[in-house]
Amino acid sequence: MLRFLLRRLALTIPTFVALMFVTFVAIRLVPGDPVEVRVGERGISPERLAQFRHELGLDQPVWKQFFDYMWQLLHGDFGTSLATNQKVLTEFVALFPATIELAAAAMLFAVAIGLPAGTIAAARRGSFYDQALMGMSVTGYSMPIFWWGLLLIMFVGERWGLTPVSGRIDLIKYYFEPVTGFMTVDAWLSGQPGALKDALHHLVLPAIVLGTIPLAVIARMTRSSMLEVLGEDYVRTARAKGLPSWRVVGLHSLRNALIPVVTIIGLQIGALMAGAVLTETIFSWPGVGKWLIESIARRDYPALQGGVMLISTIVILVNLGVDLTYGLINPRIRHA
Amino acid sequence: MLEVEPSAAGPKPQAALAPDPVPPMPPSPVHAFWHAFRENRGAVIGLVVVMGVVLLALFADVIAPYPPNEQFRDAVRAAPAWADGGSMRFILGTDSLGRDMLSRLIHGARISLFIGLSVMGVSFVIGGLLGLACVSFTGALGQMIDVAITRVMDLIMAVPSLVLAILVVAVLGPNLTNTIVAVTIVYLPRYVRLLRAAALAELGKDYVTAARVAGVGPARLMFVSVLPNCLAPLIVQAALGVSDAILEAAALGFLGLGAQPPTAEWGTMLADAREFIRSNPWLVTLPGLAILVTVVSINLAGDGLRDALDPKMRRS
Repeated sequence: MLRFLLRRLALTIPTFVALMFVTFVAIRLVPGDPVEVRVGERGISPERLAQFRHELGLDQPVWKQFFDYMWQLLHGDFGTSLATNQKVLTEFVALFPATIELAAAAMLFAVAIGLPAGTIAAARRGSFYDQALMGMSVTGYSMPIFWWGLLLIMFVGERWGLTPVSGRIDLIKYYFEPVTGFMTVDAWLSGQPGALKDALHHLVLPAIVLGTIPLAVIARMTRSSMLEVLGEDYVRTARAKGLPSWRVVGLHSLRNALIPVVTIIGLQIGALMAGAVLTETIFSWPGVGKWLIESIARRDYPALQGGVMLISTIVILVNLGVDLTYGLINPRIRHA
Repeated sequence: MLEVEPSAAGPKPQAALAPDPVPPMPPSPVHAFWHAFRENRGAVIGLVVVMGVVLLALFADVIAPYPPNEQFRDAVRAAPAWADGGSMRFILGTDSLGRDMLSRLIHGARISLFIGLSVMGVSFVIGGLLGLACVSFTGALGQMIDVAITRVMDLIMAVPSLVLAILVVAVLGPNLTNTIVAVTIVYLPRYVRLLRAAALAELGKDYVTAARVAGVGPARLMFVSVLPNCLAPLIVQAALGVSDAILEAAALGFLGLGAQPPTAEWGTMLADAREFIRSNPWLVTLPGLAILVTVVSINLAGDGLRDALDPKMRRS
């Protein structure tokens, strides 16, 4: 196990170095001189310009700049935003809980519906329900979620007036200092009547939108994994013993069918981050996805660079975690 | 040939009737494929719709009632024909600049398919070559090439697709070509990994050894012996990759980082229509519906393709 762990960790290091290299090169390919962008169009004296270049380390050879960049990253310095002059990491950390909250709610929605839906479809293979569910799954998987979000805003939010359509809470009615950064938790902690309900109300639509694709993937994966397990001998034995169908499906089979499903759920994290960019933009959800898009609009390249670096790092680490957990529960993987 | 037998003949009774001088020919690959594909009703429907979209895209200039960017200042945001105040002049209404929605949607099919097919074509070729390169060379150099390519692909897969595409577009600048470049980079690893895995599996087989023994050179071995046997999964991936590319490009267009106005790209049209979500809902509904229908059809047809091409991958 230790060998598996070490090997898997060692494989991650080159990925990180390459990631640093890519973000480093990307930012240098951006048209326009970073110093000139910073000083604006008025221009300054050549001495001041040279001093600026020196401060930013731009008078150094490129390889040295890269190593400096790596050095900074390893010390947790992800650059400084041009727009706000704040550390990118500080901004990111402040906004990230909003994204986690949204992603967690989306995943909860996807698993809570996808698992039972896929299980029932497998148990009633070929039925109308099965076919309908698989049809919906293809639709969900193919969904342009930015449009899906607008559609839900249009109907659920505007026409039927069931939910609010932007933000995380009604800021006019409720105000409290953030404690954890998770709006639902903070609203609950604040003890203000109705605050938690309002926060949940704001969360519903974005969570559904972001959860749609994972829902389709999970339902489909659960179905095919269940079908495989339902053909196993021990399932037949269980049936032959006269166990009720729900026990055979719900206990004997589901537990074994879950292993690939859990992996898929873990690997959805990257897709969730990509989806969060769109979902947050549509619902004005103040998370890192919306912030990333806004930093492009503001030509705030250090923020973009740092943001991409941070998001990718998180996804790599989560994927690593999934891999290791999988190796832990499935010996065949770690000896491969 | 089996296919000319009348269907009333039932399950091949003629084989038992008389000692056949010629054993019955196995069905041609194309026929066998179509037979397997036809079983999947969803796939056939998907294929029909895809063909429809392709025809719309090919003959957009003829089918569309107006040029996509012609503005009718007297009919800005006209309602579609079935709504109050709609007319047959603009069947699906007009957008905020008085452009005919139907014409723009039809021309949008052209752009979306162009993006999807370009991404697919480029990733198919480059991904295939890189995948083969991973396994083609022997010795330390070969291992280095393999490790280098696999590591880079791992990196690309580690960055969330849209985030990477955004980074690429932010660096190169937003336009149609760079959208294609960005989406290609994002989806390249799938092709590389697929072909690498398939080729590795093939390389261990006897016919490869036989070919080597017969003195086949490395290039011929890879391209003539091994590659054709790896194509099935690659073709399936390519078909499904078209729909992913269309979705990704539309998402970039929606964020303002894809095709730029006035291009009639579906995602860009959606972005333009966002502010009219209350007053003119069809401006939002129609482009998204076009994306959804196209992508669903390609996915359905792609699923059928997978089931028909590779029974091993058939979903149970």
